[in-house]
Amino acid sequence: MIGAIEVTPAWYLVLGAALFSIGTFGLLIRRNPLVMFMCIELMLNAVTLTFVTFSRMVRDTGGQSIVVFVLVVAAAEVVVGLAIIVALLRKRPGATADDVAILEG
Amino acid sequence: MIELVVFAVAGAACLAGAVGVVASSNPVHAALSLVGTLFGIAVLFVAQDANFLAAVQVIVYAGAIVVLFLFVIMLLGVDRVDNLRVEPLGGGQRVTAAVVALGVLGLVLATLASTGWEATGAVGEVDEAVPDINQLGEALFTRYVYAFEITSLLLVIAVVGAVLLARRVRREEEIVDPGQAERQAEVTERIARAEARAGGDGAGNGEQPASVDTTSFGASDDFVTAQRGLGSAEGAEGLPEAEGERS
Repeated sequence: MIGAIEVTPAWYLVLGAALFSIGTFGLLIRRNPLVMFMCIELMLNAVTLTFVTFSRMVRDTGGQSIVVFVLVVAAAEVVVGLAIIVALLRKRPGATADDVAILEG
Repeated sequence: MIELVVFAVAGAACLAGAVGVVASSNPVHAALSLVGTLFGIAVLFVAQDANFLAAVQVIVYAGAIVVLFLFVIMLLGVDRVDNLRVEPLGGGQRVTAAVVALGVLGLVLATLASTGWEATGAVGEVDEAVPDINQLGEALFTRYVYAFEITSLLLVIAVVGAVLLARRVRREEEIVDPGQAERQAEVTERIARAEARAGGDGAGNGEQPASVDTTSFGASDDFVTAQRGLGSAEGAEGLPEAEGERS
């Protein structure tokens, strides 16, 4: 009976949507800037999973190509974001997302 | 059948990792949960014939980015446990966040359902016989070559920005010799002690403070040699004490 169930691309899309919403939830409730960053990575990965699924559905490499760009942008974003977090936490250890204003000036 | 098992296991790993990222009170545990999610997604990439992207996912994400996260956590020593029981803002912030997240989920699912779970639009021609990395390379270096070149610019800007942001700016007045205050206090204390000793001996010996000084030093030297003699019997433990006495 289980063997009769076929994994359709829709399953991947639902999984991607679920991962994205979990990432959104985490981004909204957590205050540790590092964990908020990890939630953003979660959302980016949900989107890449969706892109790869669409790429297979329409039989086109465009979806996979855009995943490469998403990877590059994610790497750049992490580098800059972690630099900001290092600067923030160096000024005030234990800083939360509410303390980003201390970097002003 | 096999695809169902792969999807179930990898999907469960993804979801469990995602929940772990959100619910871990320790940032290190959150980072390790993120590895679970990224690995599960890499497996799902393989299940969808995106082998090259799966390899890149593991190398770049699980390898480089998560290690960068852990490095920052350990470097700054912020691996403290957050108290998750306290709502940061209060006033039903978590309820609102849950409503927003469920709203996003419902919106995406409704959009997908409205198309009948089918991708519409131009159907490209993918040759199943050609490996995915060949097709991806061809697409990147022909159709998307300008975008590809611009990403290199983006990476350079990111590196410059990171160096600029994380650099510690030193001004002249901020340069402080570490331990300078302690050394200064020690020197002051030693001068005071020597003066007190010289004053006490000078009272008994008359008007020759210089000779008093040499005799007191000679006495302490004798003490050190005596300590050394003892220390050779005791082993290495006596020696640092003797050195400390002399210095």
